[in-house]
Amino acid sequence: MKLLFKKNLVTKMLFGIGAVAFLSGCVNDQSDKKYNDTVDIPVNQEMIAELTSPPNVPTPVGKRMAKKLIVDLEIQEREGEMTNGVKYVYWTFGGTVPGSFIRTRVGDEVEFHLKNHPDNKLPHNIDLHAVNGPGGGAESSFVAPGHEKVFSFKVLNPGLYVYHCATAPVGMHIANGMYGLILVEPEGGLSPVDKEYYIMQGDFYTEGKYGDRGLQAFDMQKAIDEKADYVVFNGHVGAMTGDNAITAKVGEKIRLFVGNGGPNLVSSFHVIGEIFDKVHVEGGDLVNENVQTTLIPAGGAAIVEFRVDVPGTFILVDHSIFRAFNKGALAMLKVEGEENKAIYSGEIRDGIYLPEGGAIQSMPTGGAKIEKEEVKALGIEERMAFGKDKYMATCVACHQANGQGIEGAFPPLAKSDYLNADVDRAIDIVLHGKTGEITVNGKKYNSVMTAQALSDEEVANVLTYVYNSWGNSKKEVTPEMVKAVRNK
Amino acid sequence: MKLYSPVLFLVFSLLFCEVAAQNDKMALVKGGVYLPLYGAENKTVKVEPFLMDIYPVTNTDYLKFVEEYPQWKKSNVKPLFADKSYLTNWKDDETFQGLPNAPVTNVSWFAAKKYCECQGKRLPTMDEWEFAAMANEKMQDARRIETYNQYILNWYETPKTFNNPIGETFKNYWGIYDLHGLVWEWTLDFNSVLISGESRKDVDKDSNLFCGSAAIGASDLMNYAAFMRYAFRGSMKARYSSQNLGFRCAKDVEN
Repeated sequence: MKLLFKKNLVTKMLFGIGAVAFLSGCVNDQSDKKYNDTVDIPVNQEMIAELTSPPNVPTPVGKRMAKKLIVDLEIQEREGEMTNGVKYVYWTFGGTVPGSFIRTRVGDEVEFHLKNHPDNKLPHNIDLHAVNGPGGGAESSFVAPGHEKVFSFKVLNPGLYVYHCATAPVGMHIANGMYGLILVEPEGGLSPVDKEYYIMQGDFYTEGKYGDRGLQAFDMQKAIDEKADYVVFNGHVGAMTGDNAITAKVGEKIRLFVGNGGPNLVSSFHVIGEIFDKVHVEGGDLVNENVQTTLIPAGGAAIVEFRVDVPGTFILVDHSIFRAFNKGALAMLKVEGEENKAIYSGEIRDGIYLPEGGAIQSMPTGGAKIEKEEVKALGIEERMAFGKDKYMATCVACHQANGQGIEGAFPPLAKSDYLNADVDRAIDIVLHGKTGEITVNGKKYNSVMTAQALSDEEVANVLTYVYNSWGNSKKEVTPEMVKAVRNK
Repeated sequence: MKLYSPVLFLVFSLLFCEVAAQNDKMALVKGGVYLPLYGAENKTVKVEPFLMDIYPVTNTDYLKFVEEYPQWKKSNVKPLFADKSYLTNWKDDETFQGLPNAPVTNVSWFAAKKYCECQGKRLPTMDEWEFAAMANEKMQDARRIETYNQYILNWYETPKTFNNPIGETFKNYWGIYDLHGLVWEWTLDFNSVLISGESRKDVDKDSNLFCGSAAIGASDLMNYAAFMRYAFRGSMKARYSSQNLGFRCAKDVEN
């Protein structure tokens, strides 16, 4: 009986609230009316969406009502830097990889303006995983260079969603950086935190290996084989390290919106030295607590939250750890503030350890060669001798035994005007390789020399040998000269 | 009648132009059969012998055309036949920017088609264009050659190639330059794949080739270069023009 009475009261109250909402519908106030189906949430007023570049996110929606939200996104194909000395042509939503962050709330009606810059070569479109409709919008957003497409959709499901270009060949568009995140906040917004950041992982496939210099083209075969050269956060190596690191203060609550654009690899997202207090698994409603590493599928996302308790630099990685160490999947969170020795002491002492029984132990070497210290040449004669060995082992296949090269394919080193003109250039070519047309002794060559993995000493030896053979200018190249070029 | 006469004049001026046929600067493509990426359900297509311009139409060529046929000048052109980006970076009706021997771009399909007709030529069909363009320097069909594909992909990723002069890319098997490496080119039936009338497509209305669906019905999943070409064509309409889109003409072989 009591229960029934209560229910009745609630119904009456709801009715009352509904009436108020109805009467004041024109003045941006839907009050606290709840809708069983998010389709029914009405919108009033228009608003231009705030879009941000990574690692920043727009202002939280807070308690605002659902609105008509106008999103203006320009597609730009532009050259950027993958890592020091390595250029790559990125295709971007809004000029950055990942693309601009879009923040909405459930019930918003998004009017999407997708603009393809006239200088672009290719048509593009956008598939937003937050859309209920064919192609996630791709069907109605296919836009030629120099054109703009407009379509609209209502966001019905709260969560963090990936968007990406889906024009054929879709893998290549994604591999070149065409992805980003769109957040749909629940009614009333996500709980407030102190800092929010936007991070997105992506894998890249380049013609050259990791670190090979110059403009690197997309390598289709590597992409199909899923052999990534770069796995990075926010589009390039070092996007969030050093001066670009994200920051926080001790005691602050951090929320990371983490996406994975792929195209191929699944991320094992981990912050070294932190435990996620809360993870919105796969960006949805399910919340897991106390998580060390969360799996983020390609074309998926997660929201992770944690409080930073002690100062220091915390490293964000894909814990498929070779990607972090060798391919760039590293970011940094720098936390400033007071130490808390109760949580983390730091090093307390460095003592001597003498095990009982005292036999000297060593790591099993398994018969493998122990690396010896490099033998250094003592004078020019030794340098010549060592250099000749290295030449015969490494260079002879192309440049031939007497430095004559092969006409049309490999330039000569004997009496070579190109070689003798510039010793630093010669060092640079041995260290970093050379691609493209050069003229040697009046003949044109257009081929590829790969970077040689030689020590400063070895480069000095081999070049000294070359410069002092076959009618060349008899320079001595020292390891110091090589080092100077290497450090340039 | 008064009402109709301007319309008639328009129709006439669009339909006819003084034909000054010239076969110089054209190369013979001997024709043959080939398997296109789309549209033929794994059936080969026969391409009859035809002549094709060795180079794309240049700024200078096009200036001459608009001088002769002023209805195609930037300020005169009918919006039905060209959108606002038509010759968008020309300073005025008779002043282009960029190199005289750079390919003309920002030209609509209607304009390109008319240009060719006024030379006594026509636009190449998509099959003709694809057939001629699958050659590299040495082979008629280089589509399986890795360097051929990589060359094209690299070009797609190189910005602002529309500023380059004609004739600086490779001379292909047929003696034709710049099919790859400079600008996209209009074809007579550029969007025919997408309005194929094929029942599955018409039912699905899935004509934008987006996402994985582009893989359905394609004859060669490794030909990324061609995928992008078809996608580009599919995004265009006949009155559109684009910074990276030029054209060249073709012609039947006279017996």
